[in-house]
Amino acid sequence: MPTRRRALLILLGLAFLALGSLGVALAVGSVALGPGELAALLVGGEGPAADIVWQLRLPRALAGFACGGLLALAGALMQSLLRNPLADPYVLGVSGGAGVGALVAMLLGLAAGLVDALAFAGALAAMLAVFGIAHGDGSWTQTRLLLTGVIVAAGCGAFISLLLALAPEASLRGMLFWLMGDLSPASEWRMPLVVLGSCLLLCLPLARELNLLARGLLEAQALGVAVGRLRFLVYFLAALATATAVTTAGAIGFVGLLVPHGVRLLAGGDQRLLLPASVLAGGALLVAADTLARTVVAPQQLPVGVLTALIGVPVFLLVLARQPR
Amino acid sequence: MSAPLLEARALCVAVAGRPLVQGLDLLVRAGECLAILGRNGAGKSTLLATLAGLRAPRSGDVLLGGESAARLPPRAAALRRAWLGQQRGDPFATTVLETALAGRHPHLGRWDWESEADAQLARAALAEVGLAGLESRGVDTLSGGERQRLAIATLLTQAAPLYLLDEPLSHLDLCHQVAILALFKAMARSRGAGVVMVLHDPGLAYRYCQHALLLYGDGEADSGPVADMLTTQRLTRLYRQPLRCVDLGGGRVFVPEEAGSVSGYPDACS
Repeated sequence: MPTRRRALLILLGLAFLALGSLGVALAVGSVALGPGELAALLVGGEGPAADIVWQLRLPRALAGFACGGLLALAGALMQSLLRNPLADPYVLGVSGGAGVGALVAMLLGLAAGLVDALAFAGALAAMLAVFGIAHGDGSWTQTRLLLTGVIVAAGCGAFISLLLALAPEASLRGMLFWLMGDLSPASEWRMPLVVLGSCLLLCLPLARELNLLARGLLEAQALGVAVGRLRFLVYFLAALATATAVTTAGAIGFVGLLVPHGVRLLAGGDQRLLLPASVLAGGALLVAADTLARTVVAPQQLPVGVLTALIGVPVFLLVLARQPR
Repeated sequence: MSAPLLEARALCVAVAGRPLVQGLDLLVRAGECLAILGRNGAGKSTLLATLAGLRAPRSGDVLLGGESAARLPPRAAALRRAWLGQQRGDPFATTVLETALAGRHPHLGRWDWESEADAQLARAALAEVGLAGLESRGVDTLSGGERQRLAIATLLTQAAPLYLLDEPLSHLDLCHQVAILALFKAMARSRGAGVVMVLHDPGLAYRYCQHALLLYGDGEADSGPVADMLTTQRLTRLYRQPLRCVDLGGGRVFVPEEAGSVSGYPDACS
């Protein structure tokens, strides 16, 4: 039986995990720091090591945490909105739209800030297009929404391939890294953290209603859920979370699909626990993956999106195999 | 006298422009059981969902406890009626107890978690449908009949005064069919619940309900006491299938006559 106490205990455990991943992210790199040194620097140290931690590692780690949390939250929301375990944040074409926007900006040689702006605009455009088309006749069924999203995503994918084919050699690498998902010390972290906090705060009071939505639209309505309003809100929150994450760090794969399922397998599917737990676990996973991405073959850096998949897939398969059926 | 649990006034229900029910007036008071009978596709489920306020009627009004269902917020409606649909399906794994607890949703505040008292109610409801001891089982491990009874337990947990049941007996064996019907009859008799259920067996309807509503599928409907409604003549017309009625002291059984030497699927069914 789900209780608040059990949920809080699990969340506390995950919060420690997330803090641990942030600690490791701050300590590891070309200048390695012990726990004592790191603590001293955080309390108020000076010098080049402090600059590295405060200027380079902390913004990057916070951006990573925010993006991981946003993607996992969006994944969990999309899965219950579409009642489909295979749904992920990108299933409705939001990342495709962002990709088109970002690549067009890169192709035009625009500044980094404008790349982000165009990516966000592309994500919003895709989100509104999918909603507009699927909602067209008011039926807005899950299948219709899913199919519209898949088609818009496929269209964006084709357009992205076209842009890659047209792109000059020099900008190709940057484009590919963007598409695979990549963090850098210059990643914006304030906005994603604010969006993450707001989305989570707006979702939590709806969590029990989301539990009922999984049973079916009419079933949820019969139990007292204002289904239309709930779905509308969840759609826009999930899309906003995805758009923010993709704008910040590119289309990082697997976090949004694997983290909610991992949490479900370990702690159950109650959305009141699933949503905040996914945020913490997703954030921790992305911070850990990014730490690996910048250290395993240092000084070269790997795109973090590749790492999330490389870590996430075996961990997920392990959890799945361990699960008694 | 308090308002009836359910009232339909000049209700018209249509699907894709095809009228299924026209000008229906209906009244269900506390303690009453009403059976809805009709052929496949006659509009029984659509009517039931409309009566539950889950679907807008083409015209006319549905009143739940004296208030228009169209104006009731979903939560308030959920405290006045519980609805059992035909579809079962939960794409994500949950346990039996968690599923039964879902019925407490309209009783809880936005930030509330289910209390021990709620769990007691859910356990009692599970025991009432013969699922005691299965609380921690995964729903995906249940049989079809067990899932059906779990859905009924969720309805009991909801504790609304009016039950709208769409084929409550589907997937149930004979023993459970009788037990579930007896359960709702007792709910009506001793706890003053109102029960409306879609049934396919006129004999069971005769035994467990006081009133019957026959839906002919073309907008026409008859309703009245079961003794008047469930007759060979009316049912033969309703199902387009010759029937023979066998009277047993206090009960009636309807036996279908054998189809003649017709080849292929009988036209009457379509």
